[in-house]
Amino acid sequence: MIHSLFLINCSGDIFLEKHWKSVVSQSVCDYFFEAQEKAADVENVPPVISTPHHYLISIYREKIFFVSVIQTEVPPLFVIEFLHRVADTFQDYFGECSETAIKDNVVIVYELLEEMLDNGFPLATESNILKELIKPPTILRSVVNSITGSSNMGETLPTGQLSNIPWRRAVVKYTNNEAYFDVIEEIDAIIDKSGSTVFAEIQGVIDSCIKLSGMPDLSLSFMNPRLLDDVSFHPCIRFKRWESERVLSFIPPDGNFRLISYRVSSQNLVAIPVYVKHIISFKENSSSGRFDVTIGPKQNMGKTVEGVIVTVHMPKAVLNMNLTSTQGSYTFDPVLKVLTWDIGKITPQKLPNLKGIVNLQSGAPKPEENPSLNVQFKIQQLAISGLKVNRLDMFGEKYKPFKGVKYITKAGKFQVRT
Amino acid sequence: MSASPAYSEEKGGSSSLGEPEYGHDPASGGIFSSDYKRHDDLKEMLDSNKDSLKLEAMKRIVAMIARGKNASDLFPAVVKNVACKNIEVKKLVYVYLVRYAEEQQDLALLSISTFQRGLKDPNQLIRASALRVLSSIRVPIIVPIMMLAIKEAASDMSPYVRKTAAHAIPKLYSLDSDQKDQLIEVIEKLLADKTTLVAGSVVMAFEEVCPERIDLIHKNYRKLCNLLIDVEEWGQVVIINMLTRYARTQFLSPNQNESLLEENPEKAFYGSDEEDSKDDKPDAASLVKRKPYVMDPDHRLLLRNTKPLLQSRNAAVVMAVAQLYFHLAPKAEVGVIAKALVRLLRSHSEVQWVVLQNVATMSIKRRGMFEPYLKSFYIRSTDPTQIKILKLEVLTNLANETNISTILREFQTYIRSMDKDFVAATIQAIGRCATNIGKVRDTCLNGLVQLLSNRDELVVAESVVVIKKLLQMQPSQHSEIIKHMAKLTDNIQVPMARASILWLIGEYCEHVPKIAPDVLRKMAKSFTSEEDIVKLQVINLAAKLYLTNSKQSKLLTQYVLNLAKYDQNYDIRDRARFIRQLIVPTEKSGALNKYAKKLFLAQKPAPILESSFKDRDHFQLGSLSHLLNAKAVGYQELPDWPDEAPDPSVRNVEVPEWTKCTSREKRKEKVEKPFYSDSEGESGPTESADSEPESVSESESESGSSSSESGSDSGSRGEESGDQSEEEKKKKKKKKGKEGPRKACLESAGSDPSEEEEEQGKKGKKKKPQHEGKGGSETSWEEGSISESSSSESDSGSEAEESQSEPESKRRTTPPSSKPAPKASRKGTKEISLLDLDDFTPAPPQPASSPAIVSTSLVTDLEGLTLTDASLTPTMLSPVFSTMKTYELLHRMAGEGLSVEYYFNRQPFPPDPHMVAVQIQFSNNTESEVKNLRVSEPKLVSGMRIQEFQEIESLAPGDTANVIMGIDFCDSTQAANFQLCTHSRQFYVSIQPPVGELMAPVFMSENEFKKEQGKLTGMSEITEKLTLPDKCQSDHTIVQRVTAAANVSRVPCGADNEYRFAAKTVTSGSLVLITLEWKEGARAHLTVNSEKMVIGTMLVQDVSQALAQ
Repeated sequence: MIHSLFLINCSGDIFLEKHWKSVVSQSVCDYFFEAQEKAADVENVPPVISTPHHYLISIYREKIFFVSVIQTEVPPLFVIEFLHRVADTFQDYFGECSETAIKDNVVIVYELLEEMLDNGFPLATESNILKELIKPPTILRSVVNSITGSSNMGETLPTGQLSNIPWRRAVVKYTNNEAYFDVIEEIDAIIDKSGSTVFAEIQGVIDSCIKLSGMPDLSLSFMNPRLLDDVSFHPCIRFKRWESERVLSFIPPDGNFRLISYRVSSQNLVAIPVYVKHIISFKENSSSGRFDVTIGPKQNMGKTVEGVIVTVHMPKAVLNMNLTSTQGSYTFDPVLKVLTWDIGKITPQKLPNLKGIVNLQSGAPKPEENPSLNVQFKIQQLAISGLKVNRLDMFGEKYKPFKGVKYITKAGKFQVRT
Repeated sequence: MSASPAYSEEKGGSSSLGEPEYGHDPASGGIFSSDYKRHDDLKEMLDSNKDSLKLEAMKRIVAMIARGKNASDLFPAVVKNVACKNIEVKKLVYVYLVRYAEEQQDLALLSISTFQRGLKDPNQLIRASALRVLSSIRVPIIVPIMMLAIKEAASDMSPYVRKTAAHAIPKLYSLDSDQKDQLIEVIEKLLADKTTLVAGSVVMAFEEVCPERIDLIHKNYRKLCNLLIDVEEWGQVVIINMLTRYARTQFLSPNQNESLLEENPEKAFYGSDEEDSKDDKPDAASLVKRKPYVMDPDHRLLLRNTKPLLQSRNAAVVMAVAQLYFHLAPKAEVGVIAKALVRLLRSHSEVQWVVLQNVATMSIKRRGMFEPYLKSFYIRSTDPTQIKILKLEVLTNLANETNISTILREFQTYIRSMDKDFVAATIQAIGRCATNIGKVRDTCLNGLVQLLSNRDELVVAESVVVIKKLLQMQPSQHSEIIKHMAKLTDNIQVPMARASILWLIGEYCEHVPKIAPDVLRKMAKSFTSEEDIVKLQVINLAAKLYLTNSKQSKLLTQYVLNLAKYDQNYDIRDRARFIRQLIVPTEKSGALNKYAKKLFLAQKPAPILESSFKDRDHFQLGSLSHLLNAKAVGYQELPDWPDEAPDPSVRNVEVPEWTKCTSREKRKEKVEKPFYSDSEGESGPTESADSEPESVSESESESGSSSSESGSDSGSRGEESGDQSEEEKKKKKKKKGKEGPRKACLESAGSDPSEEEEEQGKKGKKKKPQHEGKGGSETSWEEGSISESSSSESDSGSEAEESQSEPESKRRTTPPSSKPAPKASRKGTKEISLLDLDDFTPAPPQPASSPAIVSTSLVTDLEGLTLTDASLTPTMLSPVFSTMKTYELLHRMAGEGLSVEYYFNRQPFPPDPHMVAVQIQFSNNTESEVKNLRVSEPKLVSGMRIQEFQEIESLAPGDTANVIMGIDFCDSTQAANFQLCTHSRQFYVSIQPPVGELMAPVFMSENEFKKEQGKLTGMSEITEKLTLPDKCQSDHTIVQRVTAAANVSRVPCGADNEYRFAAKTVTSGSLVLITLEWKEGARAHLTVNSEKMVIGTMLVQDVSQALAQ
């Protein structure tokens, strides 16, 4: 399936290569560079490139291109999903999936890649198994290792690979047993010029951090499970139980993982927590324009809207912007033409406003397009869909775990058209 | 590499070990000796005794490999360390070895013996890793060793080693394809493996080595379907893709009746949503009448078992299921995938890109499917351009008369985007909408004309091109637009747009007679500075004008042609020469001249604007080939549906004839067999996983050797235990130390009685002994006797006995011979379910008169044993017997002497636990023999299934015969219609089950009952008040009446005035709980708790009716 993998940074250096079958020459990446040049923008490099003898399937993560070489028919999503899993694993191991992190830990990276694929077919991709095989680096361990000369390899054989719940390590022991769930909801919305909602839906995830000893069997129930319109599960969840009782029942992996992700469909009315008033106009035959944006809270259920940031991609003709803000600070990047306005918390008494003059290139025609505003915000202790965790029960173990649920609502792809 | 397979061909690939042919391999010699100095320090470190130095050296070497630098000269130094004790050093040596062995073949051979030793290691993980590295070394000379190792590993006890063997198969195959036949044997063997661990890997090997050997799948098809949900994600993708192909060869198209519609996409294209849905419903219904299509149960099995995977977190799995549904499911069911695919649009942009391409293809064929999600394809300004363009494609495909106005409004916003490529694509999309939907053509055209005054040249140019295409459809009405465009020639510089305008003017010069020559005049002036494509159109325009309006344009034309004659481009020179000859009459050019006008101004067909994704669906969706729209290497064509279904029996896994079997040995065999054929994969996604880990880890601790055995056991157990295992699990947690006996039941027939006794002592509950009774019954069911039953069951049991007389007297037609049958079976089951382990007294001899039925129930119970060995809680009980009401299937008169009656015997139906057993009694009242009694042509509501009874060869006059058939009613009270055939006649009959027969009793304790009831509140609870008639006020009658009305079992209850009953629906296994609370006087409250609300409602009616009588 996957023949080889090349990691390429933004400046076009191949800084890591790994082959699972016979060696494929680096020159195959030339086709990739060609496509990259044609695409101009990193985001527009086609993920699948056909070359005379190979197919290249690539992903772009954290300023690194993961380019895999394929020789025969394989579902492209299979490869893409796997590459993302590789990047996730790096992130999990090194805290970040950056070029420096990979270069610093090149041996661990190599060992990981060796375990994750066998002859190009995924072998062990569960983080719990991998951590049993290859211990993630920590500062303490690297100090100890350099003194004692011991290694990062697990001494014991990875029994997890043999079990039927491959996502959980075999012997887990904690002195403090705790289970935390973060219900994170993101609002994806498109708001049109007049302020009415063109499209809105809620994308939610429940991220868990579970540190429980032994083999706990958890069941998590909701007050209003019917809200969840479309759900995808971590493999540990018993599907049948969900189907029949709408209860999430599972033996959890150890550590951090994403339990479910769900969608609350656009059929349900989504409460939009903020509104934006905007006037952006460019005068005919003069090299300036007007910019005036106000943002305010609405329907936020008594919670404060915080961490508000507005980003605007201005038209190419914009040279500079002279603005004054009543709250927060703004920056304008004259190269990328991006205006960022970091507002912070919105207080309903005094609505944040940003207004001023836009300077255009002299002589250039008035831009036809109006930029759209991308809004980010956060609301703590609120799941905008109204989803509520009812209770968490644990079976199989005697101790009393410490349990906690946190709700948070964020803006996802939240866009206001002007 | 290329030389080596040929080499082994000559040698027969066998005895070539250790020959010196490779000595001259340039890579192995001293060619890199110049590098030696560079790595001297590394070599020294590798030669040292300290592991830490070795490790350091290996780390540096691996870092070199990772950066793509050559480290092959260190091969001898590294290979020496292959047997190093330090695990990390060893692993890094493996990494090195696998990378360079191909280049240094004879040196690599030095390491082989280490791996061969590793293959014999008692630890399964070491065996596996030895095989893994051995098979990864691409040295042709060791092919025979690899073959041997794979064969051995394929029958290893450890499933993990077997998995590694499966992985090694494609490696060996790519090294030496001559081994194919032997490898296929190994694959065949591994395909039969029952563990989830192996399944994915072996199917992958199958796909790489012998995808054409579809016949190998037959026997494993059902198993794969059932295991699928527990296989790891990557394996799931491979299996699903393979099964899609398999199903295309083995089953009939579920949409064959609609194929007429499909062949005519144009018609469907304009159809709106309503039309689509209309097609689906009444049409399907009427067509079914015409030509009955019954989906193969195996086909249904596949669809059902893959559906839950739509909720996988892995996009590749979701896509695989989506393509399976798209290619295999009946049209009406395909819709379910849309939601999941739309969900993937939130994922990484690469995933989006792939999914959108597939959605684009699907949306052409099945537009209705994505219409509800139209807004999910709306474009954000932050999307990458390639995603925007794909979304646009989907939006265009989804456009129809109802939603076009919203879509056009959306397009309007897009046109003002900053991303000009995207704007151009939007304009094209508008053009496509305009061609496809006649209603909006004028609106679109006007909009596009407005765009002509846009400041951006690209936008204008694109609009011109699209307008040109649109105008070609109805030019006469739009001369205004053409005039407007003629004016644009002064401003537009984009060559394609200029060329398009010129072509338009030339083509329709008769509509704009005044402007055309003027345009030509201007163009002649600027001719020399135009692009080639424009020049060609100028020549065309000149020629056309010359033919229509030679007076005004003759000189101009000649001028243009003269200019073209000396152009740099030979195409233009050619064209000029050609046209001159054609249009200007001279002596030489005779004949063609007359036809010049016809040639130039012929009616040209309007271009069809269509999606580039049209017809891509002949590639399997989700595949690389589909994405590239070209066949990728190794792509397996998706076959067309066969016209005639191949024999479905090839998938049967030897189902013995359960109705006839009496001997004990045979029965035992059966116990093992039926679970693939009938368990229907009801097991939830991870249930089986729950029950497995313990057994695996357990056996692990005992010894490595038993692990494979228990691995496969647990695999099967997972499947079998189905619905029960989830409750079981809760139970499991409460009851400690229960695994021991469970395992005993599982593995050894001679289970340790002391252990079980101890168990029993601990738990006073009767469920416990009963369960163990089942376990123990493997050895002792024959000797078992009716011992004193425990309190709750004695109630129902004795009642059953008492009420028995009643139905039997009712059954006039039942001949005496058949009477013992149900009774005997009753005994049999009771023995088993209530068996007390302390009591091993031999059983009374079975009544010999009805072997068939007895054996049925016994087999049932034996099966129940496998079913329940992993589960403790709500154990399915053998039914509680009370009134058996008979129903008439065929009256004596209607049946011309043949009368048929049926009743629900409330036995589990052994070949398929999801079916309701229906006992059918034939009596022949004619003068002659009735032959070949059988069922044919069932007409079933979707999902419903029938297991036919064995054909009765002949029935003597005056004789009667009893058979049992199974029907899966899908938990609905809809009738199962079928034909009853004799040798001479056919009768249409139907069996409609009363709601009470759709369930099977389960046993549960009071606490469990309360707990389950607590879960089933709200909508799932139905309460009714009723008044109990006088005669119905004793415990006895109440219980009797309820159990007569429904197949439920009584649940013990502390309160005097309360009665509880529990059952599970047969198909889905949802609990049905009945509570009857007796208030003072004759008033009572009847409550039914069930997830299936329809069943609950009907059951309340039935029960209250039964009580009110």
